Amino acid sequence: MAVSLAAAGLIYTANGRRLIDEVSLELRPGEVHALLGRNGAGKSTLLRVLAGELAPQAGTVRLEGRPLADYPPRELARRRAVLPQQETLRFGFTAEQVVALGLYAHAGGPQRQRRIAREALAALGLLALAERKYPSLSAGERQRVQLARVLAQVWEDTDHPRYLLLDEPTAALDLAHQHGCLLEARRFAASGAGVLVALHDLNLALRYADRVTALIDGHVLAQGAVRDLLDRATLEALYGVPIALLHAPGEALPYVAARPRGFRRDAGTPAAAPAPPDHGNG
Amino acid sequence: MNALADRLRRPLPLCLLLGLLALAAALTGLRAGALPVDLRDVFASLGLARAADPVLAVAVRELRLPRVVLGLLCGAALAVSGATLQGLFRNPLADPGLIGVSAGAALAAVVAIALGVTHAAAPGLLPVASFAGAALTTWLVTRLSQSDGVVRPAQMLLVGLAVNAVTGAGIGLAANLASGEALRTLTFWLYGSLGRAGWEEIALAAGPMLFAVLWLPRRARELNALLLGEAEAAHVGVNVERLKRELILLTLLAVGGAVALSGIIAFVGLIVPQSLRLWTGPDHRTLMPASALLGAALLTAADTAARTVAAPLELPVGVLTALLGGPFFLFLLLRLRDRGEWL
Repeated sequence: MAVSLAAAGLIYTANGRRLIDEVSLELRPGEVHALLGRNGAGKSTLLRVLAGELAPQAGTVRLEGRPLADYPPRELARRRAVLPQQETLRFGFTAEQVVALGLYAHAGGPQRQRRIAREALAALGLLALAERKYPSLSAGERQRVQLARVLAQVWEDTDHPRYLLLDEPTAALDLAHQHGCLLEARRFAASGAGVLVALHDLNLALRYADRVTALIDGHVLAQGAVRDLLDRATLEALYGVPIALLHAPGEALPYVAARPRGFRRDAGTPAAAPAPPDHGNG
Repeated sequence: MNALADRLRRPLPLCLLLGLLALAAALTGLRAGALPVDLRDVFASLGLARAADPVLAVAVRELRLPRVVLGLLCGAALAVSGATLQGLFRNPLADPGLIGVSAGAALAAVVAIALGVTHAAAPGLLPVASFAGAALTTWLVTRLSQSDGVVRPAQMLLVGLAVNAVTGAGIGLAANLASGEALRTLTFWLYGSLGRAGWEEIALAAGPMLFAVLWLPRRARELNALLLGEAEAAHVGVNVERLKRELILLTLLAVGGAVALSGIIAFVGLIVPQSLRLWTGPDHRTLMPASALLGAALLTAADTAARTVAAPLELPVGVLTALLGGPFFLFLLLRLRDRGEWL
C-alpha cells in the first residue's frame, strides 16, 4: 500500500476550460512539497481537487491507496487539513473558538479541545490574541488564526500519516511571519506529516520545500527535487519574466530575483529610467 | 455585577433564566385580558388547585391557554428557524419572514382556503399546503440568491423583497376573490394572529414543529463549522450536503407549521437570535436552545400585549413584532456597516 496522498492523470474542466491538464503528483509523509506557478496557472484548483473539494473529470486522488471519495468525511478530516486561500468568516467567534472549530471530527471533551487549540495558537505566537474577536483582527492575524485552526485539525499523531494542504498561507503575512509559517510547516513535516503548499515566493520555496511541482496553464512544467528547478530558463518559462539568480556570500542557495525588461533603478537614482534588456546573472 | 453577567453568558444559567422568562410570559398571558385572573385561579383553571369559578376556567382554558401554547410553540419555531437560516446561509439578516419563506407558506395556505379547503373538511391539509409553499419559496429563493454556487446574503434579501411583494399581492387577490370574510382573513395571514387556531389545529401541527425545535439544536456544532464556509466545513469533516438538506427540511417543518397556525409573524426569527449573538457570541451550542426559549417568551409576551394594550380592540401580533423588528433591523444594518461588514 502506497503511503502518500497521490493523484495520477488529473483532468479538471470548468466552463469548457481545462484548468488542470494531466497532472500527477505524490505527496509523501515527512516532506514539504511546494506548488508554484503564475496567477491562474491552476495551483488553487489543483489543491482543491487534491482536497476532495472538486471532483476531477479524469484521474483519481488516493489517500494511502484508497480513493478520497471512499473515506467518510470525519475520517478524512482526521488525516488531512486544508487551508483555503480566502477566509470568509464574519461571525464574532474568539480566535480560540475559531481554532477549536478545526476539531469538529475529533472525539474528546472540551478540555482536550481547549488544550489543542491553545497549543496550536501558541505554536504560531497567537496566544495573546486567543480571546480577541476574530473579525476585529488584522488580515495577517486572521490568516495565522486560520493556519492554527488547520494545524489543530491534524495536531496529534494518529495511527495514520497526516497531510496538510495550504493555499498561499503566507499571502497576508509580514516577512518574519512568512518564515514562521513555513518553519511550522517544516516542523509538521519533521513529525511525519506531508505538507503541500502553494507559494508565490520562490525564495521561500527554495529554502523550505523538499520537492516542487511547477504548473503552467494547468499542466506540469517541472516536477522534482527543489534544486532541479534552479535553472534560469525553467524559471523564466514558468513566470514569463527575466530572472536573475543572485548568490549571497556564505549561502549555498541563490536568491531568485525578477528583472522585468525596461525597468532599472540604480542606487542613488530616484526615478526609474529605461535600461537596455538585461539577462545578466547577478 | 460583571461576574453575574459573565455567568449569564454560559449556556446553562442563560437557558435557565430564559426558561423562567418564558414561564413568566406564559403565566402573564393566562392572567391578563378583559377578565383579569389571579395566579391561584390560573392554577385552579388548569386543574392544578381547587375548583375554580367555571366562567374563569373556561376563559383561561379555552381562550387564553391555546394562545399561550401557540405563542410558545410558534415563537420557539420561528426563532430557531431564524438562527438556523442565519447560520446556514452565513447571513446575519436572514429571517423566514424577510426572505419570503413565510409569505410563500401563507400564499399556499390562502390559495388552499380559496379552493375550498377548510379545517372541518380536510384536517391537516392546511399545514401541508403551507409546508409545500414554504418549500417551494425556499427552493426559489436559494436558487435565485446563488452566484458561482455561493448564496449571496444581500442578493437573498433582495430576492426575498420581490418574493414578499408578489406573494403579498397573491394573498390579497386570493382573499378578496374568495369570500365576504376575506378582509379579516387577509390581515390574519399578512400580520399574523395567535387567536384563530383551536386545539385541533394546534395538535396537528405541533408534533412536527416540536420535533424541529428539539432536533435543530443537535446540529449546533455543524452550524458552527458551517460559519467558516461550506468548503471549509467539509474539510473539517462535516457532511455538508446532507446537513443542508436536513437543516432546510426541519426549518420548513417549523416555519410551515407556524404560518399555518398563526400567519406571517415577521422579525421574531431576526430579533431573537441576533440579540442573543450580541450577548453570548455566535456559538450555536448556546444560541439554538436559548433562541427557542427567548422566542417562546417574546412571542407570548407580544401576543399578551397585542390583545391588552388597546382592549377591547385586538392588534395583530405581527404588527407589534414588526414595530420592534424594523428598528432592530436598521440597528443591525448600521452595526454591520460600522464594523466594515457590508453584506
